Amino acid sequence: MIELSDVAYNYGGAELFSGLSLALAPGSFQFLTGPSGAGKTTLLKLCYGDLRATSGVVSLFGQNAAQMNRDEIALARRRIGVVHQDCQFLDHLPVAENIALPLQVAGRANEAEGNLDELLAWVGLSAQAGQLPPELSGGERQRAALARAVITSPDVIIADEPTGNVDWEMSQRLLTLLVELNRMGKTVLIASHDLNLIRAAKAQVSANVLRLKGGRLQAGVAL
Amino acid sequence: MDRISELTARALALLGGDPQADRAVPPTGFTARLTLFTAAAMAFLAVFAIALSLATGRLADRWSAELARTATLRISAPADQADAQVRAALTVLEQTPGVASARALSDDEERALLEPWFGPDLPLDALPIPQLIEIVETADGYDATGLRARLQAEVPGAVLDDHTRWRQPLVTAANRLRMLGWVALALIGGATAAMITLAAQSALAANAQVIRVLRLVGARDTYIARAFVRRFTLRAAAGAALGTLLGVMAVAILPDGGDAGGFLTGLGFTGLGWLAPLMIPPLAGVTAFFATRAAALRTLRTQS
Ligand SMILES: Nc1ncnc2c1ncn2[C@@H]1O[C@H](COP(=O)(O)OP(=O)(O)OP(=O)(O)O)[C@@H](O)[C@H]1O
Ligand SMILES: [Mg+2]
Repeated sequence: MIELSDVAYNYGGAELFSGLSLALAPGSFQFLTGPSGAGKTTLLKLCYGDLRATSGVVSLFGQNAAQMNRDEIALARRRIGVVHQDCQFLDHLPVAENIALPLQVAGRANEAEGNLDELLAWVGLSAQAGQLPPELSGGERQRAALARAVITSPDVIIADEPTGNVDWEMSQRLLTLLVELNRMGKTVLIASHDLNLIRAAKAQVSANVLRLKGGRLQAGVAL
Repeated sequence: MDRISELTARALALLGGDPQADRAVPPTGFTARLTLFTAAAMAFLAVFAIALSLATGRLADRWSAELARTATLRISAPADQADAQVRAALTVLEQTPGVASARALSDDEERALLEPWFGPDLPLDALPIPQLIEIVETADGYDATGLRARLQAEVPGAVLDDHTRWRQPLVTAANRLRMLGWVALALIGGATAAMITLAAQSALAANAQVIRVLRLVGARDTYIARAFVRRFTLRAAAGAALGTLLGVMAVAILPDGGDAGGFLTGLGFTGLGWLAPLMIPPLAGVTAFFATRAAALRTLRTQS
């Protein structure tokens, strides 16, 4: 689905990482760990075409990202649900409309109806549906972001620290949602420091753990 | 043809479709009011530019039509020769191709012509007033140079005044004014486009974060542009409608001096001319549509 081969990236200074390869096979469930500042968020951004690799090839659904135009990137993004570390909402629209936004821009607004309420209930935001994002707590924002990421039932779900601000019980709930989607065949990649969460996931699915450290990506990390 | 229909379809897609796209961009009170005001002001000015063009156009047409068809022959001769020269001149004119009719003005008519300057009790007989002959041309007109040459030989006291000499500059001036009216209209259109481009660009810049979020969730450029294009098109059209209404009202209450008023009071609209300002709001909308679309697509191309 998404493949990085021999990829390097820098923000204008030294290489953050180089010679990095990663494949998100269909239906796989992977965790990305590593120290803060190692480049996890950067790596995820390469995976959904927000950043372009300095060298190497990023392929999104079989297309070379470097050669895709803006429309093609947009279409690829519709197949990838992303939970951003900084959430990225439209602050002037209520939570429910923010969650439905990916359907809206894809011209699939009619699919929102039943789905939206169910999803809001699952992430525990039914009562907050009409509030504006800046009025939510950090954890509520993360839950809303996860709901938005999965509302289109995308092929790939990429989540950057989706449980950083929520309590253990809620993080289990969110994990269950991701595990269920994975069982339905969706590809999942989660960046997380939360070892307990990773352990809990490994008890439910066969999850691969990657560690990004010092510019190297190490696969099959044992906890 | 296919290309045209494709372009129209794309234009309509930008305008119509999903009204929800508008909500994705927060309302911008300030640029909204600015665009509304600009469009209204420009439409108000456009009404006058159109009125000017139409009025001067009418004037030029009327002057040149009147000019072309009539001329005057003026005969200044000693009293004893006057009648003979008038008869000779009429004979010459009758024989000239292109002259439909020629007629000597009576004393009463001449008195009426001079009355505005000298009062009603002018003793015409006592004054060396030239005798006037009114010439009406056929559509083809006559050869003024040939006629002058012949008159010079046969009627020494005759001067042919074909009016073109002094009216032609007026017609030219009227035509120039009409052109200036159209140029003013084009400038107003250009200025409107420029101002709407600036307003749209500032709206786009102010909404950079909104654009980023829309992009992240998979919105294409056209979806994002649509919200801006729709907004500015509707605002410009609404503002222009308001400005046009005020402009037309202002023209309507201009004092009407009738024919005597001449140019200045003839600035209003006549007949179907009143419908011309109706073009302004849609034109403003079209201008805003293309200006915003170009600004939006350009901005979206550079900030990816
Ligand atoms: N836009 C940017 N411009 C310049 N440097 C950046 C930018 N974004 C991130 N960096 C730098 O790149 C490095 C990796 O950042 P990144 O956000 O990918 O780390 P991370 O692994 O996600 O960290 P965390 O676990 O804290 O989220 C950091 O040193 C950061 O300072
Ligand atoms: Mg990060």
